[in-house]
Amino acid sequence: MTSSSFTPIARATSVLFLAALTSLAAQAQQKLLPAQSEVAFVIKQMGVPVDGHFKKFDAQIALDPAKPETGKIAFTIDIASTTMGSPEADAELPKATWFNTAKFPQATFQSTSIKGLGGGKFEVTGKLAIKGNTRDTVVPVTLVQSGATTTATGVVGIKRLAFKIGENDWADTSMVADDVQVKFKLALSGVGKF
Amino acid sequence: MNTASAPHRYTGVAIALHWLLALALIGIFSVGLYMADLPFSPQRLKLYNWHKWAGVTILTLSVLRLLWRLTHKPPALPQSVTLGMPSWQLRAYHATHVLMYALFFTVPLVGWAYSSAAGFPIVLFGVLPLPDFVSVSKPLAELIKPWHQITAFTLAGLVLLHVAAALKHHFFDKDGLLLRMMPGKR
Repeated sequence: MTSSSFTPIARATSVLFLAALTSLAAQAQQKLLPAQSEVAFVIKQMGVPVDGHFKKFDAQIALDPAKPETGKIAFTIDIASTTMGSPEADAELPKATWFNTAKFPQATFQSTSIKGLGGGKFEVTGKLAIKGNTRDTVVPVTLVQSGATTTATGVVGIKRLAFKIGENDWADTSMVADDVQVKFKLALSGVGKF
Repeated sequence: MNTASAPHRYTGVAIALHWLLALALIGIFSVGLYMADLPFSPQRLKLYNWHKWAGVTILTLSVLRLLWRLTHKPPALPQSVTLGMPSWQLRAYHATHVLMYALFFTVPLVGWAYSSAAGFPIVLFGVLPLPDFVSVSKPLAELIKPWHQITAFTLAGLVLLHVAAALKHHFFDKDGLLLRMMPGKR
């Protein structure tokens, strides 16, 4: 065995090794930039739109926009951080009829598949769990890249009654509509170019 | 002796609007008083919204009422009445009506402004969004908040004064003034 016969194998191996390391490293570095992100929602009270948002949330992301089907997204919301801008509403939300925050402090979303629709548009299917209730949810996401930051935006409609948010007297949808629009803008770093 | 010397009457439209709005104002004032002390609940949400819808409806009817009054002069006080009236009473008669009309608009407009500033746009009957003519602003809402109540109570006070005066004219002066605003022929 001369050193010259090792060289092609050694070279191929090191190239493969480096490629794997780079992609792992790239994925490990993907993170949410909370300061530049927001997750908000709009409910309708007898036709009147009322805004709210979550002040604390986090995400674990492993996404390759060129190969979205290989990606995974896990999203967590700190339910105690929910605010609707009025002390009365904010005192109401943690109650058992609403979020029951003490028992269910987090809402989570775990992706099960990501589909690329072209032009920076994706469809993320996954399981949304709020107040101990899980529902399959499809979240449309649009990615826009600016320098090192990728911004993911989208709006997803959820039915509050499916998650038992607003029970008993408050289950009346003529008071608070079943449809809640959740809007998000997530700033991500480390996402590869597409 | 005062005889009811056929004082001219208000028009049918003026009479209808007067009594309709009188009932509406008593109703909305009562709801306002009751709802303000309720705890956070679907009932309170419902009453607050009904109160706003009623307020906007009363505001609209008041516009029509004012337009009607401007184009259909109310009957002048008969001389038999004015001759016996001290001038302060005559001034009070005019002032009360002018102030009441001013408040018919001020009270709902202040309420509407407060709702807008507090971040709750009015959606009429749950379907028609009305414009916010002030922007959403917590400090502004805090500033406006007491004025809806203050102007509403002022109007309530004037209404009581108005009713007392009308009854005085009918039972004490027996001058038939009240009959000018009663529905029915003649």
